[in-house]
Formats: sequence, structure tokens, C-alpha cells
Amino acid sequence: MATKKTESSKTTTEEKVNELLVKKITAGTVIDHITAGYALAVMQILGITGREGDIISIAMNVQSKRMKKKDIIKVEGRELTTDEINRIALVSPNATINIIRKYKIHKKTRIAVPDEIVGIVRCQNPSCITNNERGITSNFKVVGRKPVILRCSYCKRITGHDHIIEQLLGLC
Amino acid sequence: MSLSVKNLISIADLSTEEIIAILDRADKMETIVKSGKPSKLLGGKILAALFYEPSTRTRLSFESAMARLGGSSITVADIGASSVAKGESLADTIRTIENYADVIVLRHPQEGAAQWSSEVARIPVINAGDGAGRHPTQTLLDLSVIRRSQGKLENLNIAMLGDLRFGRTVHSLSYAITRFTDRLYCISPEGLELPAEIAMDLREMGKEVIETTDLQKILPELDVLYVTRIQKERFPTPADYEKVSGIYRIDNELLKDVKPTLDILHPLPRVEEIAPEVDSTPYARYFIQMFHGVLVRMAILTMLLEA
Repeated sequence: MATKKTESSKTTTEEKVNELLVKKITAGTVIDHITAGYALAVMQILGITGREGDIISIAMNVQSKRMKKKDIIKVEGRELTTDEINRIALVSPNATINIIRKYKIHKKTRIAVPDEIVGIVRCQNPSCITNNERGITSNFKVVGRKPVILRCSYCKRITGHDHIIEQLLGLC
Repeated sequence: MSLSVKNLISIADLSTEEIIAILDRADKMETIVKSGKPSKLLGGKILAALFYEPSTRTRLSFESAMARLGGSSITVADIGASSVAKGESLADTIRTIENYADVIVLRHPQEGAAQWSSEVARIPVINAGDGAGRHPTQTLLDLSVIRRSQGKLENLNIAMLGDLRFGRTVHSLSYAITRFTDRLYCISPEGLELPAEIAMDLREMGKEVIETTDLQKILPELDVLYVTRIQKERFPTPADYEKVSGIYRIDNELLKDVKPTLDILHPLPRVEEIAPEVDSTPYARYFIQMFHGVLVRMAILTMLLEA
């Protein structure tokens, strides 16, 4: 019982600390439980540059009971679509999405990694037709989910998680 | 029996029953070839051979197969003399050629090119080799030779030797032969091992993939030794190629303790991996493969175009 109380108190403290770091939003999307250190990759995958005019709050490496450390992104005035939510799975399959309306959680979604990824990332194989031909869109079957591992539908080669992250961060 | 697929891009497109049906049909084609008279099975049909990479056997055997069946072929063998040299995309080339032919046979240096072409084309596409990817018609002719020589495909001890990383023939063969066997020996120099994706696929299917660099140790157990060339053109620099070329060489001395029924296959061209003295031994099957190449391609063409 004593342990439970301590955990409860700890959670409350964590939430308060996190709330001080990133304040509540009126309406929009909170992307929570992002794998620590991957918030910028999530921004990249969503095409959020900061120049769109939306208010964006980011917290990185904050305390989490479930994950020890996590990242949080709050996007004011924008509700993510299902397609956008699924794309986040590429970099952070444990993330949760809260759609906020009038300061309250309107909808909470756990990310579901789709079976197929179209576009978004390039095949890791430089000799793949998708990296050499105009007018062709990359297409992958998801063969691993945590972490996400993709298999090209054209050349059948594997594109691994690290390579996906590097691409989305523009490092390769 | 016609095939359940419109195109032949990968061995994975075919069921095991369809593989056997192609081999059975290929056996029947021998009568046509040996008769010396062209059949009319594909009379009036045109095959377009579109080769972005050099080829002797594959292109000529497709053209020969089409001629034997009463059809005809048009060929783009020198891609530098076509609109590709002006920067035309593969998709546009396919959309052009499909107006001139009933089937396209494509060889291309990039993996997945045949798959992409089949998505663009309204007529059947046959993959005649896509980079280091796949070469399904070569595999079907390999199976045809093995079945004819060994009398079966099941439970044979088969080893693939040489460049297993870039060699597309062994990629297709490894998926096909393990439909019939539970174990596959893979012998290659360091750095030229079977791609991890393929080894993983086979192991997930419950197959035993034995990877080794020691040919001599397993040679006496083998029913089939499939030798491949170390492909100079797939290496980034000549120095990388020199490091591994010539590591394995099959000669009569090496073969002294093998099973009398051993079959040695090679998709050709060979360079130095098989000594010419082996050609006259009963083990050599690599020139017979060429004959089966025509039979198998006749079978595939009829099964794709007859329907």
C-alpha cells in the first residue's frame, strides 16, 4: 500500500513537472510517450517546420513512469489525421496521441503501425529502382514493429530503423 | 495448365505446383525442338526483348524459344542506341514497347525494375534479371536440369558456391530449391555471403541454411554444386574484386572424392572458377543448362500467352 501511494505521488509530481515544462493547450494535438530523443524526428515526419504559424511546444527527455524518459510535442490548433498518426509509428511506435478540444482530451489514440508504408522513406538500397526512376513511389511492407523494420516491395531489401531515423532527420 | 499470374517477376509468384507444371511443360517442348520444325503454338505473337545489361544466353534463348513456337521477336540489345540514351524513363519505354509486342522480356541493372515495369505494362512482363535481385527463368531451367539428372528435386544435398551476395541466380534458386529440400549449403568468400534477408526468410520457413567458407569439407556429401562467377561489374573498385576473385576453383583434383552422381551447374559465363578439364567429366551440367533454357522459356511463354 505504501509503495502504491509513493508511486501515485511520484506520478503526480511528474505530471506537474511536465506541465510546468509544457503548459496545457486549448485545442490541438498532444503527442505523448515519444521515444526519448525522437521528438525532432517526429516533427520532421509530420512536416512541422515551425514556420506554419501554429504554436508548437516540445519537451525532450522528461521523466516518465512507463518509459523512464520520454519526449512530448504539443501542437496548438491542429488535429492530426489518422494517416499522420500512423506515420509517427515509423520513429516512435509507443507514442500516444491525444486530440484536445476545450482543454479536455477529446480522443486518445495509441499508434498502430500500418502494414504498408507508401512514400515517406526511401529504400536503403541505392540500386533499387525506386531510387533511380522518375515517377515511382517507394512502397514497403512492415516486417518489424518495435522497432519498425521495412522491406521494400520492389527490391525486397530491408530498410532498418536506424536508417529510417537518419533519413527523416535528413542525415542521409 | 496456365499460370495464376500475368507476369513472371519472382519465383515467389509461383506455387510449387506451378513450378512443377512449368518443368513438365518444358519436358514436352523437347519434342518440338528435336523435330526441327517450328510449332504454331504462338504463331503471330511478338516478344520484345529489352536488355539494359549484356546477355548472351538469356536473350538468345528467349528469341530461340519464341521462334521455335512460331512467334517472332524484336530486340533492344544496344540500349545506348535507343531513347533511353535521351533520358527516357523505364516506365515510358515500357509504355512504348507494349504497343509493339505481346510480351516483354526485361533485363535491367536495378533491383525491382521488372516489378515496376509489370505495374506499368498492360502486357505480361518476364524478369530476365534485375540487378543483384532475381532471375526466375534461370532458376526454372536450373531446376529442370537437376530434376532430369537426379530424377527428383526432393531431399537433395545442394550447395551454392561463389558470389552469393550479388548473384541474382542464387537468390532465386535458394527460394526455389528449398521448396523441395530442408537444407541449403552456402559457400562464399567473406563479404559475399547470401544476403541476410534471404537467409532470414529461409530460416523463418524452417529451412537449415549452412553458411561456410570450407568447400572441401562438404563436397563429398553433395548431389548438386551450383557454382557462380565472382561478378567484377558489381564491385565498387577493381581492388575490392581482386581481394576475392579466384578463391574457389573447381578442378579434377578437388573432385576426386565426390559422389559419382554429382551435378555441377553454373549459370555462365564462367571465368576461372571451373577449370576447362572439368567440362569433359560426367559432373559437368553447365552446357546442358543452355538447352534447358530454351525448353523452359518455351514453356513459360506458352503458359503466359496461350490463355
